[in-house]
Order: sequence, then structure tokens, then C-alpha cells
Amino acid sequence: MELQQFYYDNKIVKKFIIATMFWGLIGMSVGLLLASMFLFPTITDGIPWLSFGRLRPLHTNAVIFAFVGNAIFAGVYYSSQRLLKARMWSDFLSNFNFWGWQAIIIAAAITLPMGFTSSKEYAELEWPIDIAITLVWVAFGANLIGTMIKRRQRHLYVAIWFYLATFVTVAVLHIINNIEIPVSAFKSYSVYSGVQDALVQWWYGHNAVAFFLTTPFLGLMYYFVPKAANRPVYSYRLSIVHFWSLIFIYIWAGPHHLLYTSLPDWAQNLGVAFSIMLLFPSWGGMINGLLTLRGAWDKVRVDPVLKFMVVAITGYGMATFEGPMLSLKNVNAIAHFSDWIIAHVHVGALAWNGFLTFGMLYWMVPRLFKTKLWSTKLANVHFWIGTLGIIMYALPMYVAGFVQASMWKQFNPDGTLTYGNFLETVTEIMPMYWMRAIGGSLYIVGAIVMLYNIIKTARQGSAVEDELAEAAALTRVTPKRIKGEAYHSWLERRPVKLTIFATIAILIGGAAQIIPSLLVDDYVPVISSVKPYTPLELEGRDIYIREGCVSCHSQMVRPFRSEVERYGEYSKAGEYRYDFPFLWGSKRTGPDLHRIGQKYSDNWHLNHMYDPRSTSAGSIMPAYQWLIKDKLDKSDTQTKMRAMQTLGVPYSDAEVANAEKWMLAQGTKIEENLYSDPDFASTYEADKKYASENNEEFIEMRNREIVALIAYLQRLGTDIKAKDLQEISTN
Amino acid sequence: MFKFVKGPLESIDGVGIYPLISLLIFFIFFVALFWWVITAKKDYINQVSNLPLDKEDVSDNSNPLQN
Repeated sequence: MELQQFYYDNKIVKKFIIATMFWGLIGMSVGLLLASMFLFPTITDGIPWLSFGRLRPLHTNAVIFAFVGNAIFAGVYYSSQRLLKARMWSDFLSNFNFWGWQAIIIAAAITLPMGFTSSKEYAELEWPIDIAITLVWVAFGANLIGTMIKRRQRHLYVAIWFYLATFVTVAVLHIINNIEIPVSAFKSYSVYSGVQDALVQWWYGHNAVAFFLTTPFLGLMYYFVPKAANRPVYSYRLSIVHFWSLIFIYIWAGPHHLLYTSLPDWAQNLGVAFSIMLLFPSWGGMINGLLTLRGAWDKVRVDPVLKFMVVAITGYGMATFEGPMLSLKNVNAIAHFSDWIIAHVHVGALAWNGFLTFGMLYWMVPRLFKTKLWSTKLANVHFWIGTLGIIMYALPMYVAGFVQASMWKQFNPDGTLTYGNFLETVTEIMPMYWMRAIGGSLYIVGAIVMLYNIIKTARQGSAVEDELAEAAALTRVTPKRIKGEAYHSWLERRPVKLTIFATIAILIGGAAQIIPSLLVDDYVPVISSVKPYTPLELEGRDIYIREGCVSCHSQMVRPFRSEVERYGEYSKAGEYRYDFPFLWGSKRTGPDLHRIGQKYSDNWHLNHMYDPRSTSAGSIMPAYQWLIKDKLDKSDTQTKMRAMQTLGVPYSDAEVANAEKWMLAQGTKIEENLYSDPDFASTYEADKKYASENNEEFIEMRNREIVALIAYLQRLGTDIKAKDLQEISTN
Repeated sequence: MFKFVKGPLESIDGVGIYPLISLLIFFIFFVALFWWVITAKKDYINQVSNLPLDKEDVSDNSNPLQN
């Protein structure tokens, strides 16, 4: 038996660790800035790129793809090499993966604040960046599979399967959800509309949680927890069941994000059933992780790495128990759109992803630098501040969610809403927002303490960039099963087959949900009175998308008495036919807007955008003063309409040709309406006079962005009137 | 439950077979999964579960049954 010598690539791991800590702190700090905007809504007034709606996707993307993403790569590159007894297949691909990923993150950090967004949650980045993500992701997968092929360890440990499933599924999800028609360098429209777009998006959104935040981390758990505890996983058999049942079931559960919406019942119920089932593989995994520490709990008392891991796995258990419960329709009716969901995702992000990452870093860094952790005491301080931070963050958000949802649903004996003004329900939970910001700050302080400790550790050690290892070469054996070999152990030495089987497992669920909705014509009942947006409304809708209004406002009135009373007729699937993309939203920091059309005057909207507190005292909405001053860019309108034509929106060629005129006419009408307010008339005329006296260019109100936005808002939900409802086909 | 699955898909010919196929896929998937797991050999399970831990003995890679 001949031993071969080779080197593990530690340098790439080190790079990803640095990126993890750097982006982690940035992502969390943006989160803290957003949390403080609930308390001081005017702190970034007048700066478009620092407004809430544009920063919110930056926070979610930075935490998910930059912090957690880099942590995944660091852990995967470290553990895969050791589990496969081989250096990564290609140093070029490793570095392409690293630098490509950082370039994508920087591109996101620039384009999102500029308002370039597709508005689909966790898939906001525009089409050129989507293509870059695909390339870098494929490089990562090729590198992983290449390493498997030249491995020196016959069997693929369970962690590797989780990495494989992650690669395959994220690729499928990313591509299918981001199919879009570009209209310019940084603007595109989703090819799906309304209900179909919602279904595809939440199939993606839910499985991004599953296959980006969960499966890779389970793989890391199966490697790093046994390493840290120095004992094998509690039950390897359970891990096999865990893996296959988790990936098979997870992919079906997406529609639980759309309960009580206009999504057809069959899809909602399918999502609920699978979400409940998901509890079992999830808890199987959690139990397997925790029981790995059987007989080693004394170590947990002294080893900060294990402390972090225990809280991480516990957080995973809590979040995955809560998930199926939230999928029950009666629970979802309360929790959806409220801060309960914010609490839920932060238990997942702060405890499961954050703490497992911290544990992993505290374990890896001393080994990469051939030294000991600089200060165990500081690591313990980090652990306790972080844990307190999680509690201080999550608990108030649960309370806020319950309180606000209950207030939304509270009726007086005479049948009117007790809290008819939405703002009353916001004011009530302000103390909770304060506590959340404090909890978040504690968590960040903990992360800074870690950064210091890690830098000190690295300084006192010396980096071993290429670590010598040796293992016997893998001799070729028959690809067939040999006598006495169990099926699964045979499968485990066939990486390509394993990948294909895992792909089939995830495609079954995806296909069962998505394909019928794309193929069956009458899936969404047609409402004849629903017409396409006018060009000005279309531009207004794009401003709504750019400013990220969807972050805080839903466009989905659920069929509850309390919502119909507050907002108006509940939303019908057919109303969203021309919504490329859909804008149902997932959180109501402000009220639902689906029936906002014609509810208020044009002047109200203008004043509200200029200073929300002038029309709604105590509002925490940011001001959008630039919309009132800036000129509407109409240069792409016709391209946009033609893109819509290709997607099946019935604009005639004449309508496209006359778009400019049509917009001007509608804009002028709104300008006339605005003149009904004497305050507006005098200020506007004064501005006009000032401009002409000083030879400055003056933009007529009819050509400004606010007019397009008003046109869109006034159109929302007005296509159907109660009398039309009888005409809706019921199939 | 059946009507929820059929509902909007009723226009497809013979759609009734879909839920049956789904049930079969499920049943077979989990039966096969548990069969794999139960028939796995104890030695093999022990060995594979020790993969992350650095053991001194270097495994002989020539026989797939022994590692």
C-alpha cells in the first residue's frame, strides 16, 4: 500500500474566513441601521440610497449570501479536502469562486442602494449579477465534484452529500426563479406574473432557506460537531434518513408562505402538509447533532466552540419546530405579515447560522494558524453577549407580532374595527422595536469581540497555507456493486450517481408544484375587467419597485373579516394578471395597499410622500422628497411596453407608439388635480417663477416621478368593483 | 384532501391517477430509504461515521468492503 503526499489548501479557507467576518459585520450593521429607522424614521431623510426600502434587501442579501455564504465556502473548503483526503481539484476554480463571490457582493452593495432590484425577495439582484452568480456557483460545484473524483477516501461522508445537494438545488432554484426579460442594463421583468410569480418566488424563497441556510450548515454540523466533541456522530444511520427525507420533503413546502392569499387551495394545502412532515427530518437532524455530545456534556461547560454549537443546534430545533407550526393555516393567519416572522427568521439567522459559524471559526482559526485560541475568556464573553442578544432580539419581536396581529383583528361590539387607524397598532409596539435594536446591538458587539480575538489568535500563530497530508491512493474497483456490498454503501462511492439521485429527489417536489401552474391555462381565473397598466402607471410601478415599497407594504388583502373591513374587498388571483413581477409583499410595517386606489386624493399622496408625518401623525415611514423633485425617465417606456407585449400583455402597437402622448395626458390630468389644493398651487407657482427668474431649468409637475407613482397608486385594486365580482369565472 | 389536489386540474384527462402516483412515489421512497439504512453493515457504519476524526491507522483503499 503506497502512501501519497499532498497538501491541503488552507489559504483559500483563510480568505473565506476573513470575508465571512468582514461581510458579517457589514450585514449586521446595516440591519442595526434599519432597526434604528423604526425608531428615528427621519435619520436618512433626503438620501435616496440610504432609504429603508433600498437598504432592506441589502441587509438580507448581505447576511444570507455574504456572511452565511462565505461561511459555507470556508467550512466546505476546509472539511471537503479533509473528508476526501485530497486538495481541492483546481486552485484556479477555488480562487475564481472566492473573488467572483466577493465581486458579486460588491456589485450587490452598489446596485441595491441605487434602486436596481427585481423586488423578488432574496433574489433582488438584477440580471447581469444573476448571470455572474450562476457562473461562480457552477465553478464552486465543478471544483467540489472534481475533488470528489480525485479523492483518496472511498466513501463519501454524509457532510459531502449535504454539500452536493446544496450545489445542485441552489443552481436549479436560482435559474428558474430568475428567468426574466431584460429591458436595460439593470432593469428586467420576471417572465412570470401574479400568482405564478408568487408561487415560483416562494418555491425559491423557501428553498433558499432550505438549501442555502440549512443543508450546507447541516453538512458543516455533521463535520464540525464530531470534530469539536472528538467523537463520531450519534447515529450515522439516522443521518442517512435525515439527508434523504429532508431534501425530498423540503422542496414541497414553499406555498406555506402564501396561505390565505390568492394562490389556489390545492397548492396551499400541499405546502401545509409537507411543512408538517418536515418537522420529522428536521428534528431527526437536531437530535442527531445534540446527541453527538452524549457523554461529552462536561466539555460543553468549558469549550466555547461546543457552547456555540449547542445553542446553534438548539436554535435550529426551535426554528424548525416553529416553521411547521407557522404553516398551520390558523397560526399563519395571526403570524403572517407581522413581526413574529421577523423573530422566526432571526432565531434561524442569529442562532443557527450565526452561532454555528462562530463555533466553526473558533475551531478552525487556531488550527489554521497552528496555535491556541488567544483568549477563551473573550470567546465566552462573546458567547454570553451573543446569546443575550438573540433573546433580546427575538422575544420582543414575538410580543410585537402577537400584539399587533391581535390589534389588527380586534372588533368593537358594533362591528367596527377597534383600531381602525393602522398607526395605532404601530405606536403600540414601539417599545419592542427599541428592545430589538438593543438586542441586535449586543449581538454585533459580540461579533466585534470575536473579530478581535481571531485577529489576536492569527497574530500569535503562523499560517500554514499548504498543509502536508498523506493517504493511500484509491485503487480502481468495479463500478458495479460487489457481492455483499449494501446498496447505499455502493451509492456512496459513486459521487455522480449520488448527485443525480439527489437532483431527482428535489425535482419531484418542484415539478409537482410548478409545472401544473405553468401549463394549465385556466389555473388563474380570468377577470375581464382587469386591464393592463397605462404606461405612466407602469413607470409608477417601477418606481414602487425601485424604492422597495414592497418591503413594508403588502398588496394582498386576505379573505378575513378584519382585513376586508380595514382594506376593502379581498384580493382575487385574476387581479394580478399583468403584475410582472408580483408585489404581494411579506411584511406589513405599514398597511396593505392593494385597495389604496381612489381612497385618498392625489394631493394626499403628494403630501404623504413629501412628509409622511404631515398626513399621518406618528408615522414611521421615511420621506420620499426626491420623487417630488426628480424628472421621470421616460426613455425606456416603449422598450418596457414591448417587453410586456412579449410576455402576453395586450398592448397594441399603436398604444406603444403613442406611449409618450398617453403619459403626458395622464400626467397633466394629475397635475390639474393637484392644483385643487391652494397650498400646492401657490408653492408650485412660486417655484416656477423662481426658476424662470434665475434661468434654471424647471420640470413640470406632469413630468415628475411623483405623478407616475400617484397614477399607479390610484389605479391599485380599482379594476374590480363589487358588481363585477359576479362575472368572475369560478373554475 | 383529494378535491384540493384535483380542483383546478380537473381539465386534464385522467388527472385522478396523479395523487395515486404521488402516494406510490412517497411510499416507495421511504420504504427504500429505510431498507438501505437497515441493511447497512455495522462495521461499515462505524467506519464511515469516524471519517471526520483523524485516526492514526491509514485505511487500505483497495477493498471497498473494508472501508
